[in-house]
Amino acid sequence: MGKIVAVTGNEACAQALKQINPDVCAAYPITPATDLMQRFSSFVNDGKVDTELVLVESEHSAMSACIGAAAAGGRVATATSSQGLALMWEMLYIAAGTRLPIVMPLVNRALSAPLNIHGDHSDGMGARDTGWLQFYSENAQEAYDNLIQAFRIAEHLDVRLPVMVCMDGFIVSHSIERVEYIDDADVKKFVGKFVPVHPLLDLDKPKSYGPLILTDLYHEYKRAQHEVMTKAPRVVLEVAADFEKMTGRKYGLFETYRLEDAEMAIVVMSSAAGTTKDIIDRYRDKGVRIGLLKPRMFRPFPFAEMADALKHVKAIAVLDRADSFGGMGPLYSEVAGAVMQMDSKPAVTNKIFGLGGRDYLPDQAEYVIDELITIAKTGKVKTVKEYIGVRE
Amino acid sequence: MSKKFWETLPQGSVVLEAGSSAKFKTGGWRSMRPRWIEENCIQCMFCWMYCPDMAIKATAEGKRAEFNYDYCKGCGICALECPGKKGNKAIVMEEEGK
Repeated sequence: MGKIVAVTGNEACAQALKQINPDVCAAYPITPATDLMQRFSSFVNDGKVDTELVLVESEHSAMSACIGAAAAGGRVATATSSQGLALMWEMLYIAAGTRLPIVMPLVNRALSAPLNIHGDHSDGMGARDTGWLQFYSENAQEAYDNLIQAFRIAEHLDVRLPVMVCMDGFIVSHSIERVEYIDDADVKKFVGKFVPVHPLLDLDKPKSYGPLILTDLYHEYKRAQHEVMTKAPRVVLEVAADFEKMTGRKYGLFETYRLEDAEMAIVVMSSAAGTTKDIIDRYRDKGVRIGLLKPRMFRPFPFAEMADALKHVKAIAVLDRADSFGGMGPLYSEVAGAVMQMDSKPAVTNKIFGLGGRDYLPDQAEYVIDELITIAKTGKVKTVKEYIGVRE
Repeated sequence: MSKKFWETLPQGSVVLEAGSSAKFKTGGWRSMRPRWIEENCIQCMFCWMYCPDMAIKATAEGKRAEFNYDYCKGCGICALECPGKKGNKAIVMEEEGK
């Protein structure tokens, strides 16, 4: 039986890393992820883990060192936020293309300029095409649980891809919540022994990492990488089933809340889903058939499963905590892609909210639901993309 | 079921065969060809040391031998570095195919 504690999201993730005890961790501090790695570095200092902690001079170097350590044959983790992730950009693609199962908590934070340290999804969405799997967590418990599952998923022999585990900067990373820790021995057993694939340190079998692949084979390597992503959801669900057996906590590709008989739906990720559920309850009490779909796995994106879960609704509002300037919000684009696979095409709107840590308040959810009621009645969308919670 | 071609590629584009770069004969890239003039060679082995492609052979006694034109890209570093003998270069670059 695990222990119930009051901890921050960062503390919970540091605890998960301690229980997993990776071989190598190369990290560089950045708000709001600093606190996570600082706590982990204390575990290294106090001899609580055997991890080789590599203190590097930038996030580009952090990811580079992680890639080297993973290619050498180690279980590897790091953590970052915002500009740190942006600086890792080219290395992220190399980690994925080289099929290295690195696990990285990403404490979501806005991107500069203007400089801002608070939570939004701009950093994670900027990395959506890197080939990493991405999971978004609503609270500290989910961040902890997702992080433990991430190692199993990343290291599965059918996957062998890096995984990002995201939580909202400050809102989750620095807020104290009730979290159920799993026993050390259970985590160890669940994650299992690391199995290296093509380790560089297997000196009897010399090999080369990072070759030049030109027009004759590059397209085929990318085709193979796409195929791996199609296999990932099955592994994610298998790991979730095992996790549920151990903890009783159920995870899927996404979570639905009062969606089964809903006429309208809100799609929103991470901490904002909690507030939205409360407001949905209030509207349900008034007889409004509104539900929620909270994506957990953003990459690979579960198009078919989501289309099935939303097939009965008339109107959907997709809330993005990031913008693609001159385009639609990144979550909207994916949901619209799922909607295109449906026979019934519900109306879909896009709301951009909470950038740079702007509070997502109940009145914003109420505004979205009130508009959905009108859209469901009339079938007409006035504005497809709109900023909400803006000071006017 | 037979595998598609792209399914047979090694995971993560890792090259599992050691020393396989020897199979990649880069001599075909060459437009300028180095020629060794043995009577001007003082056996300093600068060319052997500077060659980025290990395209200069050496004998078991450590003496300079012929070029390996399978790998020589014709970069000309050997000719540039060659001190020659009494002002006469032991390596000269000539246009390929002439």
